[in-house]
Amino acid sequence: MAELTKTLPAHQTGKQRKSEDIGANTKHGIMSRRSKGDMVFDTLNTIFMVIFSIVILYPLLNMVAVSFNDGLDALKGGITLVPRVFTLKNYQTVLGKQSMFAAARTSVLRTVIGTVTSTMVTALLAYILSRKEFLFKKQLSLLYVVTMYVSGGLIPIFIVYKNLGLTNNFLVYILPGMVPAFSMLVLRTYMNGLPDSLAESAMIDGAGHMTIFIKIIFPLCMPVIATVALFTAVGQWNSWFDAMLYNKMDDDLTTLQYELMKLLSSVTNQKTTAESAQHSTATVTPTSIRAAATVITSLPIIILYPFLQRYFVAGLTIGGVKE
Amino acid sequence: MFKDPDFAKKLKNQKSLLLLSIPFVVYVIIFNYAPLVGWLMAFQRYKPRDGLFHSEFIGLENFRFLFRNEDFILCVRNTLAMGIINLFLGTVCPIIFAILLSEFRFNMGKKFVQTISYLPHFLSMIILTGIVFDVLSMENGTINKVLMATGLIDKPVQWLAEPKYFWWIVAFATRWKETGWDSIIYLAAITSINPDLYEAASIDGAGRMRRIWHITLPGLKPTILILLIMNVGNVLNVGFELQYLLGNDLVKSVSETIDIYVLNYGIGKGNYAIGTAAGIFKSLVSIILIVIANTSAKAMGEESLY
Repeated sequence: MAELTKTLPAHQTGKQRKSEDIGANTKHGIMSRRSKGDMVFDTLNTIFMVIFSIVILYPLLNMVAVSFNDGLDALKGGITLVPRVFTLKNYQTVLGKQSMFAAARTSVLRTVIGTVTSTMVTALLAYILSRKEFLFKKQLSLLYVVTMYVSGGLIPIFIVYKNLGLTNNFLVYILPGMVPAFSMLVLRTYMNGLPDSLAESAMIDGAGHMTIFIKIIFPLCMPVIATVALFTAVGQWNSWFDAMLYNKMDDDLTTLQYELMKLLSSVTNQKTTAESAQHSTATVTPTSIRAAATVITSLPIIILYPFLQRYFVAGLTIGGVKE
Repeated sequence: MFKDPDFAKKLKNQKSLLLLSIPFVVYVIIFNYAPLVGWLMAFQRYKPRDGLFHSEFIGLENFRFLFRNEDFILCVRNTLAMGIINLFLGTVCPIIFAILLSEFRFNMGKKFVQTISYLPHFLSMIILTGIVFDVLSMENGTINKVLMATGLIDKPVQWLAEPKYFWWIVAFATRWKETGWDSIIYLAAITSINPDLYEAASIDGAGRMRRIWHITLPGLKPTILILLIMNVGNVLNVGFELQYLLGNDLVKSVSETIDIYVLNYGIGKGNYAIGTAAGIFKSLVSIILIVIANTSAKAMGEESLY
C-alpha cells in the first residue's frame, strides 16, 4: 500500500481528500525517497497505532467474551477474546429480570421521546431566532446562551424540580435540558445560512410561521437536525444520574444505565457472592451478568455507530458557532 | 428601540412570532433561572419549613463553615489536582495522537484506527467504570497479568484500594475514552495547514520531526489556545461521575470532589444551605479561571473567547 501510493501523485491516490489525508500531502510530490529517519518514524508510529488499537479494543472484546462464558469458569481467569465454556445463561438471567425489562422500556422511551421533542422544540426556537425581523431575537438568544455558562447548581435545581413534582416522574427525563443552548446555536447558524427568499415567498402565499417551519425550513435542515438528534439520543441513552437522583423510589422508572450501575456496586462484593454460588448450581456470577448487561446496554450505540461517526464528525465541523 | 414610532406597528406585525416565543421564555425562566434564586440559601440558615423567604439570614457564615471544614478543603484539593492533570493530559494526548495519525502512512489503517478511537466516547461512564474495574481487578485484571508477566511486579496490586494511584486511574480512564474524540478538532486544523509549506520544507531538507515541529505545531497553535481557554473554565467540572463511581472508602481522601461533597452534604445529609454554598464557590472559581485564561491569552496577543 505504502509502496503504491508513493509512486503516484496525490490526486490519483486519494479520490477524495479528507481531514485524515494531510499526511499524504507531505509524502508524495517532491520527496519520493524515504530517508532512514523517516523509516524509523514510520515503524515506531505503526507500532504505536497497533498498541493504541489493542488498548481500545481489547477490554471491549474481552467483555463480550466473558458475557458468553460460564460465570464460575470465568472466575478462574484466562479468558481473552473467545469464551471458553460457551453459554447464553448470562443473557437469559439478565433478560429474565423484571427490573431489566422495566429499565429497557424506560431507556427506550426516554431516548425516543426525549430526542424527538427536544429536537423539534429546539429547532423551533432556532427558527424563531433566525427570523431577521423578530424584534427580540437578541434578548431571547442571550437568555439561552447565558444558560451555557451559569447554572443554579445541584441543590437549587433539585429543589425546583422537586417543587415542580418532577421526582418519581418520567418527565424529569424529558423536560430539563429539552432546549440545549448549544444545539440551538448550531441549528440557528445553519438556518441563517438558508436563503431568505424561501420563507418570504411562502409568506406571500399566505403561509404562517408554523407552516413555513414544518414544511420548508425543518426538512432543509435535515443534516444538522440529524447531528443534533444523535447528540441528544446518545446523551439520553447514557445518562444515569437523573434516574438515581430523582426516580430512585419508582422501580418502573429505572433505566438500563442505572441498573448497570447497581450491578457495578454489587461486583464489589464479588468474592462472597462467588463463594456462595459455588455451593449452588448457579453458573452465573455478578461479573458475568454485568458483562452481559453491558453488552446489551451498548448494543444500540454499536448499531448506531456508523451514523454517529458520520454525523458527529460532520457536526463538529459545522461548529464555527459564533454568538 | 422603544422610541421607535413604528414600534407598536412592528409588534403587531409579528404577533405570531411573539406568541411562539412566549413558551420558550417561560421554559427557560422556570428550568434555568428559577434555580438561581436558590443561591439565596447559601446566605441563610435555611430550613425547608421556613422556605427561602423566611429563613434567617446569616451572611457568609456557611462559607466560613466550609473553609474551616477539613473534608471540604480536601475536596477542593482533589478537584483541582484531578482537574489540572486532566487539563494537561487532555491537551497533550489528543494533539500528539492527531499528529501521529496524520503522519500515519497506511490509509486503510488510518481509517481503522480513527474509527475505533472514537468508539469509547459514545459509551457511558457506567460502562467505562465497569471496564476499569475489570482491567484493574486483582484476580483476572489485564494490567496485573501484564505487569506480572513482564516481571515489573511480583504480586497483584489492588489498584483501586491505593490512594496514590487514584488520580492517575481517573486520568488514564478519561484518556482511554476521549483521546480519539478530542483529536478530531486538531485533525481538522492540520488539514487546513497549507500543503505547500510541507513541500517547501522538504525541498529545504527538513525531516519529518522538523516539519512537525516547525509547521504542524505552529499551525495548530490558535486551535490549541482556544481549546485550552475553554478547558480551563471547565477544570472544576470534570470531577464527578468517574470519581463517584470509582471511589470507595479506602481512597475517599483522594477521590472526593466538590461535586461529590455537594451531593453527600446537600442531598445525602439534607443540608441544602452548605451544599449550595459549596456549589456557588465552584461556579465562582470557574468564572475566575476563565477570565484569567482569557485575559492572559489576550495579553499575549492571541485569540480569545470574548
